[in-house]
Amino acid sequence: MIAVLVETDDDGVTVVSQEALTFGRELAVRGGGLPVHAVVVGRPGADLAPAVLSQLGEQGVDRVHHVVHDRLSAYSAAAWAAGLVDVVQSAGARAVLAAGTPRGNEVLAHAATRLDVAMAANVVGVDGVDPLSVTRQVVGGAVLEQMRLDGAVGVLSVAGHACEPVAAEQATAPEVAASTPALTDADLVARVVRTGQKVPDSSGALTSARVVVGAGRGAGSADGFKGVVQLSELLGGAVGVSRVVTSLGWRPHHEQVGQTGSRISPDLYIACGISGAIQHWAGCSSAKTILAINTDADAPMVTRAHYAVIGDLHEVVPAISEEIQRRRG
Amino acid sequence: MTDVLVCIKRVPGASGEVLLSDDDQHVDARHVGWTLSAHEECAVELATQVAGATGGTATAVTVGSSDAVEQLRDALAVGCGRAVLVEADTERFGPADVAAAIAEVVRTHDAAGTTYGLVLLGNDAADTGDFQVPVRLAYALERPVVTGISTCEVDGETVVAQGDGPDGPEVFELPMPAVVAVMEGGVAPRYPSVIGRMKAKKVAIETLTPSVEPVGSGRVRLTLPPEQPSAVQVLGHGPEAAAAVVDLLEDLGMVSR
Repeated sequence: MIAVLVETDDDGVTVVSQEALTFGRELAVRGGGLPVHAVVVGRPGADLAPAVLSQLGEQGVDRVHHVVHDRLSAYSAAAWAAGLVDVVQSAGARAVLAAGTPRGNEVLAHAATRLDVAMAANVVGVDGVDPLSVTRQVVGGAVLEQMRLDGAVGVLSVAGHACEPVAAEQATAPEVAASTPALTDADLVARVVRTGQKVPDSSGALTSARVVVGAGRGAGSADGFKGVVQLSELLGGAVGVSRVVTSLGWRPHHEQVGQTGSRISPDLYIACGISGAIQHWAGCSSAKTILAINTDADAPMVTRAHYAVIGDLHEVVPAISEEIQRRRG
Repeated sequence: MTDVLVCIKRVPGASGEVLLSDDDQHVDARHVGWTLSAHEECAVELATQVAGATGGTATAVTVGSSDAVEQLRDALAVGCGRAVLVEADTERFGPADVAAAIAEVVRTHDAAGTTYGLVLLGNDAADTGDFQVPVRLAYALERPVVTGISTCEVDGETVVAQGDGPDGPEVFELPMPAVVAVMEGGVAPRYPSVIGRMKAKKVAIETLTPSVEPVGSGRVRLTLPPEQPSAVQVLGHGPEAAAAVVDLLEDLGMVSR
C-alpha cells in the first residue's frame, strides 16, 4: 500500500495534502493498483472530523489510520514519525508520502531516519516504480534531479502544487482504524510548548489568497508599498514580496514569496517591480495567471508572465486602483 | 557557557542562469559563483549571538572540498571563532553521509574537551534541498532536534526556539545538547567588516578527513526544466495601460463588471 501523511486545518484536509493524496493515488496505480492509506494524527479524545473523512473518501482513500495517543496533544515531529512508522510497518507500506510543507518534510525526515532509508524531498514526478525513481526540484526549482529510492520503503514529499488535487473517479467510504503508537519520552522532548497569536496577515493568508499583489526592489523603499497594499485590498488579496525586500527590512519575512519564503498558487499574481530571480520564481510559478509590471521589458518576470505592463509601478499601480474605483462608481 | 557548532555548505549562487556540468551530475557554478544558503547565513548569526550571550564559542564546520574554506572564512569574518573543514568528495555524499561526517566532528571535539551544547544548521541546503541532514545528525548523536526555527536563545540548560507553525508562532524548549535547524526570517545576517575579514584570514582552519564510507545520494542525473518560450502579452506602457489591466481583471472575475 501507499501511505500518505495528511495535514488538516479548520477546513479539513489541507490543499497540499489533497495534492499529495492525488499524487499518491497515481503512484498506487502505477504500482499495480495498490491501496492508498491516509495517516492522520489526531488530538486526544477528538474524533476524526466528518469533513476530513469525506475529503479522504473523495480522494479514493481505502483506509484511514487515525493516530491517537494521550501524549499527542502538542505537535512533536518525532512522535508523529513514531505513529507514521508504526503504520508503515504494521500495514506494509511500499512508499510513504507527505506534502512538502515544513511539517511534512520534518516528519518524513524523522520517518526515513527511523526506517534507515533514503528520502526524496519536493518530488514532482515518478519516473519508475521498480525500482522507485522520482524527479524532484533542487536549486529552488531551477534544476530537476532524477533520484533513485532503493530502500524497502520509498519516502518522498510532494512539492507544493506539483499536481492539482483531483477527486478519484470513484469516491470511497474509507474504514477508520485507530492506531496508538508506543511513544517514548525521547519522542516528546522536542514538542511545541507554547503557541503564539497568529498574525492576521501571516503566510497562511498569503498561500491561500486568490489574488496576490507582489512587490520587489522596484518599490524603492519601505514607504514604496502603499500603492501595492491599496491594490491588494481593493482586490481582496494578499501582499507578497521578493527576498530583497525582506532582506532590506522593508516588509516582514512572512510576506516573502520564494524558495526560502512561501510558495503560492493564486489565480492571479501581480508582480510589481520584481525582476523574477530563480529564488522568487520558485515560489510564484504555480500562479494560474501572472501579470508583471516592470520598467524592464526584458526582466525574466516579464518574459515569463502571461501579461505585462511596461512602466514604473509607482505610476501604474495607483492608476489601476483609480480605474477600479472609477468603474465601481 | 554554550559552545555552538554551526554547519554550513558551499553552494552555487542562484541569481543568474543555471548551467549543468557535461555529465549532468552537478551545477556548473563557473559563472554564478559560490555562496551560503540564506538559512545558513541566519544560522551563523544565531550561533554568534548565542555564543556571545553565554560566553561560549561559535565554530563553523563544512563538509566539502578545500574550496569551501572560502565559506568558512566568511563565517569567521562575521563572528565565528573557529572553523573546521571536513575534506571530502561531496559528489559521493548524500544527506546521511553528511550527517555522519558532522557527527564525527562533534564526537571528536567532545573527546578533545569541547562539547557543543547546540548544533545549528540551515533548514535545507539551497542546492540539494534534502530537508534531512539536521534530523539524521540528531539521531546519530541521540539528541533532540527541531527544524524550521527562526530565533533561538539559551536559558540555563535549555534552548528556547521559535518557529512559524501552520497556526502561528510555535515555541519549543529543548534540553541541551540539542540540534536546531534554522529557517531564514528571524534574524538579519550581518555583513563582514574589513577588520572582520582581516581577522578571519589569520585563523587556522582545522582539517579533518571523514571515516564514513558514503552511501550516496541516489542521484541519477540533473536536468534543466524545459525553457518555455515567452508568450507574454504586453497590455501597454505606463499608467495609460490601467484600463486594459482592469479589463483583464474583469475577464478573470477579479473585479465585477
